[in-house]
Amino acid sequence: MKSRLAPLAIVLALIGAWELAARLDVLAHGLHIEPFLVPAPSDIAASLWSDRGLLADNGWVTLKEVLGGFALSVVAGVGFAIVLHLSPTLRRAVYPLLIASQTIPIVVIAPILVVWLGFGIGPKLAIIALICFFPITVNTLDGLRSVDPDLVKMIRTLDASRRQTLWRVEAPTALPFFFSGAKIAVAVAVIGAVFGEWAGSSSGLGHLIQEASAQLQTARTFAAVAVLSALAILLFALLAAIERRVAWWGPKETST
Amino acid sequence: MRSTSEAPATEPQPVLSLADREAGGSDPTARLEGGSPGAVEVHDLGHSFGELGVIELLELSVSAGEVLGVVGPSGCGKSTLLELVGGLRAPVRGAIEVDGAGAANERLARCSYMPQRDLLLPWLTAIDNAALAPRNRGATRAEARRLAHPLFERFGLAGFERSRPSELSGGMRQRIAFLRTLLAGKPVLLLDEPFASLDAITRAEMQEWLAEALAAESHTAILVTHDVEEALYLSDRVAVLSPRPARLIAELRAPSPRALPRLDAVTSAGFTATRERALAALARGRR
Ligand SMILES: Nc1ncnc2c1ncn2[C@@H]1O[C@H](COP(=O)(O)OP(=O)(O)OP(=O)(O)O)[C@@H](O)[C@H]1O
Ligand SMILES: [Mg+2]
Repeated sequence: MKSRLAPLAIVLALIGAWELAARLDVLAHGLHIEPFLVPAPSDIAASLWSDRGLLADNGWVTLKEVLGGFALSVVAGVGFAIVLHLSPTLRRAVYPLLIASQTIPIVVIAPILVVWLGFGIGPKLAIIALICFFPITVNTLDGLRSVDPDLVKMIRTLDASRRQTLWRVEAPTALPFFFSGAKIAVAVAVIGAVFGEWAGSSSGLGHLIQEASAQLQTARTFAAVAVLSALAILLFALLAAIERRVAWWGPKETST
Repeated sequence: MRSTSEAPATEPQPVLSLADREAGGSDPTARLEGGSPGAVEVHDLGHSFGELGVIELLELSVSAGEVLGVVGPSGCGKSTLLELVGGLRAPVRGAIEVDGAGAANERLARCSYMPQRDLLLPWLTAIDNAALAPRNRGATRAEARRLAHPLFERFGLAGFERSRPSELSGGMRQRIAFLRTLLAGKPVLLLDEPFASLDAITRAEMQEWLAEALAAESHTAILVTHDVEEALYLSDRVAVLSPRPARLIAELRAPSPRALPRLDAVTSAGFTATRERALAALARGRR
């Protein structure tokens, strides 16, 4: 209990300091801007309440995009990792390309994807999947490759086919690795959704942030960002909980 | 080349048929499906990892139903020998036959290999670990468990079927690993230092236990260990290997019949004399 109290106290102190700084217009004076541009935590909380319908509707849109894109990347990433694992030649050829794909700036690609896929959910799913694909593929592949070669020998003398070796030994070994990748992926998926919505959209938290900040509604902007962060934290926690249930043999994690 | 050869090497043992063995008092109900023992022939075997010569011109023959102990100093190539026999690795030179089959995949189908570490899968229960071979051959989980169940009783593991490997003692884990090897029902068992990781007392218990298990039904087995006493107690015959690259430096017939209480066996005059000869051979190999 005590270990939870200390971090909570620090967070509360930070929020308190921010509240004070905003109330006394310290920040606004320091930055030479209008005080209303620096919302206090209480203003953001007020906006969270008064805009709850708006935030919920747009949050739901973004959540659907994130879940859809994430699901796509899980299917594609795990499939791709298995293919690369089964074919060392392909792995050596494609692995550098996989890393190179990470250097493509998503912000630049997003408008092109909108041109290709239209203004619907398509380009958002594509962008999120693109962002999530890398951590999932690389972690799953590392997991598959980290299997103890003696385990593979053992199961081969027990008449396992290649498929059974994959399913009974390699996949369970890789499962905790997959979850590490997936947890990174959901966190960045939320950013992907925002980029996707910025490139062309009429709803979603990213859209709301863009619109509110253009209208200098800073409290609403921050409220939307808070909902976005909460979404990411929730999805991360959900994955961590699933991991504890289905991949409990993985390396023991230190609790955060 | 074979330098010295104690105990006139391998007067060919009569190949015992299944019927002979069963008539000889073992319990036929204990026999596992498809496990009739087969012979192993190793001829002119040589292996190296790159520049590192590991096995040199090895000749070994194990007849059906015989347990061959293989002793040698650490790192001399014993595990490599088992992997070569079991078809898990292709030898650089030489020929290996297991139960009449020479090709690597055919040997793989005829050997079950108990690795140096127990290598139980942490995500499976004890009984599902033991039943891996039947599962791989297409049995449903329930069928595979039904096959493994009586062995849990017999090997003193009753009640631990649903335990996770991490909840079991080292000795129990080794027994489950052995059970898993047995359930593969192959003609030849390859046992790689099955008890190396256990403490002295558990180890002695497990040796006695394995002696009983091997005596209860006939198995062809190659048992690798660096413990001369263990090899002599558990085997019919012991091959002594030199340090790397492994050569055969002596072959000794084990003095006592198997399944004697361990303490009686290892303290008998014949046993200690043979052990001294084996140790002397090992020491000669070092020079
Ligand atoms: N895959 C490999 N590649 C290169 N060298 C290897 C490989 N496997 C084993 N060796 C080397 O071959 C030699 C023999 O190894 P091996 O495992 O067969 O010895 P061992 O007799 O079983 O030893 P121990 O008693 O310690 O188990 C060792 O020097 C080892 O380092
Ligand atoms: Mg070894």
